[in-house]
This record gives sequence, structure tokens and C-alpha cells, in this order.
Amino acid sequence: MTGDAVAELIAVSKLYPGGVAALQEVDLRIEPGELLAIVGPSGSGKSTLLNLLGTLDQPTSGEVRIAGHPVAGLSDRHLSALRADHVGFVFQQFHLAPATTALDNVADGLLYCGVGQAQRRERAARALQRVGLGHRMRHRPHELSGGEKQRVAIARAVVGEPDLLLADEPTGNLDTATGGAIVALLRELNSSGTTVVVITHDREIAEGLPRTVALRDGRVR
Amino acid sequence: MAGSGDVVKLKPHKLSARDLIRVGGVGLRNRPLRAFLSALGIGIGIAAMLAVVGISFSGRADLDRTLDQLGTNLLTVAAGKDSDGHTVSFPEPALPMIKRVGPVLSASGVTRLPDDVNVYRHEYIAKARTSGIVVYSVDNDLPSVVGATMAGGGWFNAATARYPAVVLGSSAAKRLGITTVRSNVVIQLGGRAFSIIGILNPVPLAADLDSAALIGQAAAADYLGITSGKTTIYVRSAERQVEAVREVLAATANPAQPYHVQVSRPSDALAAKLATDRAFNAVLLGLGAVALLVGGIGVANTMVISVLERRSEIGLRRSLGATRRHIRMQFLTESVLLAALGGVGGVVLGAAVTFAYALSQSWPPTVPLWAAGGGIAITVAVGALAGIYPAARAARLSPTVALAAP
Repeated sequence: MTGDAVAELIAVSKLYPGGVAALQEVDLRIEPGELLAIVGPSGSGKSTLLNLLGTLDQPTSGEVRIAGHPVAGLSDRHLSALRADHVGFVFQQFHLAPATTALDNVADGLLYCGVGQAQRRERAARALQRVGLGHRMRHRPHELSGGEKQRVAIARAVVGEPDLLLADEPTGNLDTATGGAIVALLRELNSSGTTVVVITHDREIAEGLPRTVALRDGRVR
Repeated sequence: MAGSGDVVKLKPHKLSARDLIRVGGVGLRNRPLRAFLSALGIGIGIAAMLAVVGISFSGRADLDRTLDQLGTNLLTVAAGKDSDGHTVSFPEPALPMIKRVGPVLSASGVTRLPDDVNVYRHEYIAKARTSGIVVYSVDNDLPSVVGATMAGGGWFNAATARYPAVVLGSSAAKRLGITTVRSNVVIQLGGRAFSIIGILNPVPLAADLDSAALIGQAAAADYLGITSGKTTIYVRSAERQVEAVREVLAATANPAQPYHVQVSRPSDALAAKLATDRAFNAVLLGLGAVALLVGGIGVANTMVISVLERRSEIGLRRSLGATRRHIRMQFLTESVLLAALGGVGGVVLGAAVTFAYALSQSWPPTVPLWAAGGGIAITVAVGALAGIYPAARAARLSPTVALAAP
């Protein structure tokens, strides 16, 4: 064990009240610079795994380390700081603030990182350029296509330069062509150094990525 | 090996006040109509309370201004009634005796003529239809003592005081339908014609004169044969000695029957009239407070709904690194902003109502700064109170549940 891993799960189980085991004895190690897919049918424990990787939830047993920090026993404030500084999220539903420009949506990615507004906007502009939306900064979400919305959401996730980018069904709301472009963008971000985890039920997407972790009934196969 | 050293590196970040206000305003910007409507309740409450205070203060300011002009050093000495209910009159030396009291600056008397001396617009009006106007015979120096001014025409001079001439009080003139003074306009007074030489403005410190017809002392004797003594004497004295003068007036005016004499200070009566409005003001203030309470509940309700609707936003913010405290502060700030919005609007509305009402009454509009500032402070407190529960609910929401919300 080197402690270098971006994320490390050791014998992690998650039980929900009523005895439902969402994850059972899962071991997973994600190295810096990796691009991997976590794939499985619905109910396989993908979302639970994502929540644990993103420190949105705590395991029932086992150990979770994100960016070298053992998550167990961290207070809400420290867990939040861990998310702010080390983890970026991309969601299927984009979760963009309505009536807010693309630029400010992306700048909000730094809101809880202790960065002033001027700098937030400056870095947001760069992140938008990076995802190819330099010409859409002043547009509001309802003026953007689905693919553009997801690019804004990706820009918001990477604006803080996280160690770990978690993408939860990032193509779930998009047509195949647009989805393909989003995957290409994630590959591009990965090739410039970001560790990317894509959670998907789409085998085709998963098989196109360097590493695939298949989940079934809460276990890694 | 990752140890406690790494944990220390995790430094929770703070939101600056500016960012907090910006974040707290997000909900208001996204749903402006809802924000406006829930702020309206608070605004109406504050407007009602501020208007009550403002109107009451404007009335007070008007009274102060009036008293400044009229002076508070006028005393009214009335001869009163005897035990049979007949109006008594002062003995002849009453007025000169009062004038001789040290701090007395000036004094003037009037004689109320018997009730059978009636006033009619002209001689063809039935005798039973009296106009309800009381007739006084007066001294020439009366206006300077009571502070009366002419609305038209002129006051008595040495000559007109002996003629059948009459000066009408303001409401007496209105009752007779006389608005301007023209030559050769006569009324019937005590069975003969008197020409109108002047009309008075309202006399706040001697309101009895407003509904009266005034004639000269000599004219009363010559034309109506009435020579009885004074029934009311108006006394101006040195400002600081008013109370001392008040004590001796009864005995000075009517040494034989001082207990019939009624001495009053009209400026006190004006102030007392304003004081009676206070009970009414308390009721209105109470209504304003109820409106404010209902408005506060409205804000709390809006915030609870807002939290329910914005679960996915809360989840997103948590995923971006917001702590529970950040979320709580965001919704608390939103609640305070919402209420303060209503407060500011209410203060503007209340001030506008005060100005409109005061100007319609020709009062000097007065909105006390403490009331405006206090009003806004109250709304901030109401907003904070209303926001506590919804904000706590938002903060308690688990990030995974929040993100799973539609």
C-alpha cells in the first residue's frame, strides 16, 4: 500500500436499513491519471459506490480513502472541504442553476473553495474554453443544448482541478452522438492529467475506456 | 501513510459576506413574483405601523407648530354658572383687577349676551329657526390677546364699536352662508340690522368665538340695552408664571364667589385632544403587528416550500463542497433578505402614506428616523426567526437524498 492512490476502497460494505446490502466487501484502487468505467445494471450498487467515492456517504464497514484522507471519522466540515478541494461531480441531470449564465454556473464550482469572485470568474472562463464553450459564457442554461449543458457541468466539475472527477451517467440524457462527444471530452481531460471515473450502465461506453469495473449485486466481478 | 497530518490539510473554507448575500439572493432572483408576494405581507405590516407612528408624530409636530404660533401662556377665566344654572357675570372691577396682577401681560373680556338675543340671516326667517349663533359683546383688544386673525374685512375700531356692526366667527359665517365681507350686507341680531364688517379665521385657543357673532361693548349697550358684566376673560401672562397666575385668577376675578369661576388653559386642552388619539393608535399598531406576524409566517411558509423544491440544488451545493453550515446560512440569508425587502418596501410605503395624509391635513410630514430604522430591524429579526426552521431542514438534508430528488 503506497498511499499514492487517488481513491482506495478496502473491504467496503454498505448496508441500508432493512438489511439491504448495496455493496459487499468491495476493494477498489484508483491510481492518479486513470480513466475507468464502473458499469453495472441498475440496482448493482453503482450509485452507492459513487456516493462513497464522492464522500457524500459513509460506508457501513471497511475503509475509504480519498486523495490520501481516510474518510471515516471526518466531520461534515472536513468532508465538505475534501469534496471542495479534491472531488468534482458531473451528473446525469446537469444540475445547472437556472437564470444564471454558463460562466457563473462554472464559477460556482469554486464557491466553497475560498476563492474570491473575480478569480472564480477568471478560472471559470478558462474552464469553459477548455470544454469548447468559450463562445457561450453569457448564455443561460435554457439557451444551451443538452450537450452544451453537460459541457458546462463538466467545466464546473474541473474548474477546481480536482484529483478525482466522478461522472454519474454523464451521457444518460443525451443522444448517442452528443454522448460520444462528451465521452471524448472526458478522455481529453484525462489525457491532460485528470483522474476520471465514469459510472454508467452502458456497456458500449464502458468497453471503450481503458479500465472497466463491473458491479453486480453489490460485488465487483 | 496518510495520517493526521493529511487531515489537517483539509481546511474548511468560509463564505465571504458578499458571497453569502449573493447566494442568499439566488432564490429571490429565480422566483421574483413569489419573493414579491411573500415580502408584501411583511411590507404591509411595517407600512401600517410606520404610518401610525408617522401620522401621530406629524399631528404632534403640527400641534407644536400651532402652539409655537399661539403661545401656551393664554388662560381662560369663565364666570361659570350659579347653583340655579344661570350664567353669572364677573363684577365690574374683575378685568382691571386681573390686569393689575404682576405677571399678566394683557387681558380682554367678552360678555355673552342672553340666549334670547338671536341671529338671523334676514328678518323673514321664522323666529324659531335660530342659527345657534351665540352673541358676545367684546373689547377692542380681544384679537391681540387670543391671537385671532381676520379672514376678511376688519376688526372694530373706536367708531365701529359704537355702531350696529358685527364681526362673525368662522363657523358662524359659514352657517349664515356668508363667505366674503361686502358693504351693505346686514344680518338680523337681537331684532335689528347689524352690518357685517369682518369675518375671523378659526381661533384655536378660543374656539367659542368660532360660532359666535361679536359686537362692540358700546353697541350692546346702545342698541340692545345690555350692560351686564364680563362672562369670560382671556389672560396672557409671562410664560414662566402661568401656573402662579392661574392660582390667583379665580379670587381676583370674583372675590365674592371664587368657586364658580372656571380657569382653564386652552393649549392643554389641545394637547389632551391629541393624547386621546393614543388609544386608537395603539389599536392600529396592534393591527400592524398582527400583519407583521402573519407576514412572518408567510415568509416561513415560502422558505419551507423553497427548501422542498430546491433539494437537488442543495445536493449539488453539497457536492461542490458546501458544509451544512453553508446551506443553513444560505437559506437563513434568503429568509432575512426576503423579509428585509418587505421591510424596506414597507418603510417606503408607510412614509408615503404619512406624507400624503400629513399634506392633506397641512401638517408638517414627520417620519421619525428611529421608527423607520426600527421597522427594518424588526423585519430582519422576523426574517431570521422565520428562516430558522427551513434553514435547519435544508442543512439536515443528506447530500445523497438531496441529489436523488427530481
